[in-house]
Amino acid sequence: MAHAYTPGLKVMPCTMFRKKRLLPIPGKVLVEDGKQVDATDIVAQTELPGKVFPINVANRMSVEAGEIKDLLLKKEGDPVKKGEIIAENKPFIKWFKTSIESPIDGTVDSISHVTGQIMLREPPKVLPLQAYVKGKVVEVVPNFGVTIESEGTFIQGIFGIGGETNGEIHMAAQSPDEELMPEAITEACRGKIVIGGKHAGLSTIKRAVEMGVKAIVVGGIHDRDLRQLLGYDIGVAVTGTEQIGLSLIVTEGFGMIPMAEYTFKLMASRNGERASVSGATQIRAGVMRPEIIVPGFPKNVTECKKDQGRGWIEPGDPIRIIREPHFGVIGTVKSLPPELTVIGSESHARVLEVTLVGGEVIVVPRANIEVLEK
Amino acid sequence: MSKKDLEIIIATDCGSTTTKAILIEKKGDTYRQTFRGEAPTTVEAPFEDVTKGVLNAITEVEELSGRKILDGEKIITPNNGNVGADIYVSTSSAGGGLQMMVAGAVKAMTGESAQRCALGAGAIVMDVLASNDGRADHEKIERIRQLRPDMMLLSGGTDGGTVTHVVELAQFLKAADPKPRLGASYKLPVIYAGNNKAHAQIKAILDDRTALIITENLRPSLERENLMPARHKIHDIFLEHVMQQAPGYPRLMKMVGAPIMPTPAAVGTMTEKFAKANNFNVLAVDIGGATTDVFSVFSEVFNRTVSANLGMSYSISNVMAEAGLANILRWLPFDIEEQDLRNRLKNKMIRPTTIPQTVEDLQIEHAVSREALRLAFEQHKALAVGLKGVQQERSISDAFDQTSSGQSLINVMKLDYVIGSGGILAHSPRRTQSMMQMIDAYQPEGITRMAVDSIFMMPHLGVLAQISEKAALDVFYHDCLVRLGTCLAPKGLAKEGQLIMEWEVTAPDGKKQAGQLRFGDIVHVPFDAPKARLTAKPLKGFDMGAGPGNKVEAEIEGGVVGLVLDGRGRPFNLAKDAGKRRDDLNKWYKAMGMYPV
Repeated sequence: MAHAYTPGLKVMPCTMFRKKRLLPIPGKVLVEDGKQVDATDIVAQTELPGKVFPINVANRMSVEAGEIKDLLLKKEGDPVKKGEIIAENKPFIKWFKTSIESPIDGTVDSISHVTGQIMLREPPKVLPLQAYVKGKVVEVVPNFGVTIESEGTFIQGIFGIGGETNGEIHMAAQSPDEELMPEAITEACRGKIVIGGKHAGLSTIKRAVEMGVKAIVVGGIHDRDLRQLLGYDIGVAVTGTEQIGLSLIVTEGFGMIPMAEYTFKLMASRNGERASVSGATQIRAGVMRPEIIVPGFPKNVTECKKDQGRGWIEPGDPIRIIREPHFGVIGTVKSLPPELTVIGSESHARVLEVTLVGGEVIVVPRANIEVLEK
Repeated sequence: MSKKDLEIIIATDCGSTTTKAILIEKKGDTYRQTFRGEAPTTVEAPFEDVTKGVLNAITEVEELSGRKILDGEKIITPNNGNVGADIYVSTSSAGGGLQMMVAGAVKAMTGESAQRCALGAGAIVMDVLASNDGRADHEKIERIRQLRPDMMLLSGGTDGGTVTHVVELAQFLKAADPKPRLGASYKLPVIYAGNNKAHAQIKAILDDRTALIITENLRPSLERENLMPARHKIHDIFLEHVMQQAPGYPRLMKMVGAPIMPTPAAVGTMTEKFAKANNFNVLAVDIGGATTDVFSVFSEVFNRTVSANLGMSYSISNVMAEAGLANILRWLPFDIEEQDLRNRLKNKMIRPTTIPQTVEDLQIEHAVSREALRLAFEQHKALAVGLKGVQQERSISDAFDQTSSGQSLINVMKLDYVIGSGGILAHSPRRTQSMMQMIDAYQPEGITRMAVDSIFMMPHLGVLAQISEKAALDVFYHDCLVRLGTCLAPKGLAKEGQLIMEWEVTAPDGKKQAGQLRFGDIVHVPFDAPKARLTAKPLKGFDMGAGPGNKVEAEIEGGVVGLVLDGRGRPFNLAKDAGKRRDDLNKWYKAMGMYPV
């Protein structure tokens, strides 16, 4: 049977998955192999070296670089307090005395007799690494972190902003084609992962931030709203560090696009349960999509399957068209003609025939569809 | 093996997404590219071994050509009948290419020289640090800490000059204690190519914290740039250090018969060879999904820049952010809502592999491409400059012709050849679309030949040129370049409809074509002879390269498009009124037969 390779986003009621949790620089792993961890447990920790503050003593004291050794009251490695005098001259008349105070609490990192500069360093900052998902430690990478294995509902979005968070799933829309309005963001949404339908506008997102919502998950947003929210245009889709007060996940794309019904229903089936959510997206080689993870099985599901995504499509598969002129339209694959076909733009492309809900059949480039998991 | 023994060559280019293999065979006295194959690159999980993709791509070549090249996972060498190849060469840009941070004492002098050095070696420059870059010292240290480059190039000071600034930069570097991108437990390679008087101090500061390599100063004096020693060191470290950390590269390095080159370095080599062989000023561009590389050779000086976030898919939204929506809209011959255009471009960004299905969507991509090409060219012009800070001797006769040092080397009137590559230029449904995108973006003046590299073969040929220049140039002329034709664009301004040039072209068979060009018009003359003689008589106030109003006779090239007589004037500006602008665009697109009606 004809089929074509088309990776889609993962939307799985229950799957076994592994998450690597690694520190950016070596540190200490705090949990051992086999241990059960909660999403908010600290699994590893490191110290980021403190910020460095250079002070040009020679310039400030109007001396040659080689002369600063006579003026310094501290040597390399000495601790310093904010406001403490670290260098001073010894004039004959004390009115001409000048001194330099430390601008920070920290230590003297280095002293240069070539540039007349000293470096002060703040104390190291502790960087804790949370488990992020509830599960079991199955691998320890010495000095860097762990791999956690878990079972649960796994849903990928297409684009997101903001980092990792967790909270209870809260369905704020009745159907996948309902717009998430500001009025729907009530006190009940505080600290929750709020699920909407086809779209959330700027006023809704701002209200959610005010109400302390942890994350919003919707079908689409307008790029113009995103720009206003961030204060700049996102140039390349490498996100996750934005600090707008919540994480935002878009499941379908930019514009008003109803959330795929299957995705919506799956999230509704986990309403009230705790989820781990990350808006971090990287659309480059080594793609990373935003995700919603709810540990444990949904009701009525007793068996946890491995990754079901078979990575190709066949006639009868439900798909979504992801480019104009039929952007967002859902249909089923009718056939996959093997030969190259001339499309409207005059390009030669591999295509497929799609049967729309009303029975109409259209031709679409294979590159412009996404398979919907069922 | 001696060079004359080369008969069968297999070459690959390992890109971020696709690994492309080509087979080159000697047919009589000439080398020709005969078969090609491609496969997804396998640097990322789950494979994490670049050689898998290489073997898959070569297997495709085997299947198509009927030649057995592989024995398991080994290349069979030398060639014998229908088995094996004489040499295997490869380039690589997989895993994000070579990412560097550079530093120099003065931003416009050693800072720029260091930047040119790294770019010419095929690197992406993440940041340029300098004593006078406008950032506070602690901000510089913070920046070094944040970035995780593959290596760092530290320069500063002329030989024997003051050491203070460069020592200070080294101290910042030490304080920041930067980590390399790959292999967190390795020391970051740092190449020092600054003042030779500071070697001892630099060693004392950086030797224990970094993998320090000291080489010749890249700016020994203000009047001289010496980039090659540092560039060679960058290549050595790329191979010895960076590549060793990338998945599967140690195995790939054992397979090749010549050192692996970073893809852009190989394209640069090929551009230089082509320019030198023909005595041309050349501009070559590769517009990809994420980045746009620009290479130029003007008056024998080679320059390369990479615009890391100007591209047609992953970076399409950044083109909008940098160019501004109005600059993209100005190329569209129809009206579209701003919100609609914004959402369309963002949807392409998040689903980068989709393709335009309608003519309207194709025109939007072509509009973005013009802006990406234009912005990358602007960035190139800003860096491809003469040395700054050089003292110039002037006589009294120069009093009215004061030029400052650091002028751009790029002069579009003296540009002889433009080569375009990358999907949007190489695979546009009509070749007229490719040629017009380049004409609109670069606005060449006078006589400019144009071509596209249809399957992006320049990397393979650049690395091959290290072994056999003849093989590389043979394939370049016969199989790599698709000649589009020649653009004739008189420089000057006039009223719409005014006669600005008379022209005549004589083909090698003596056949003549002639005509007139009026201001505001584009005339397309299909013409595919590889060579022809042009006589152009611009009218007063218009320049075709010999000065305003002066007749020009020159050799030109025909091609799959032919001649494009661009009478829109230079500098070329679109009408401010939206209606008039759309009418003009429709008129020009129709004259070129660019889109289906």
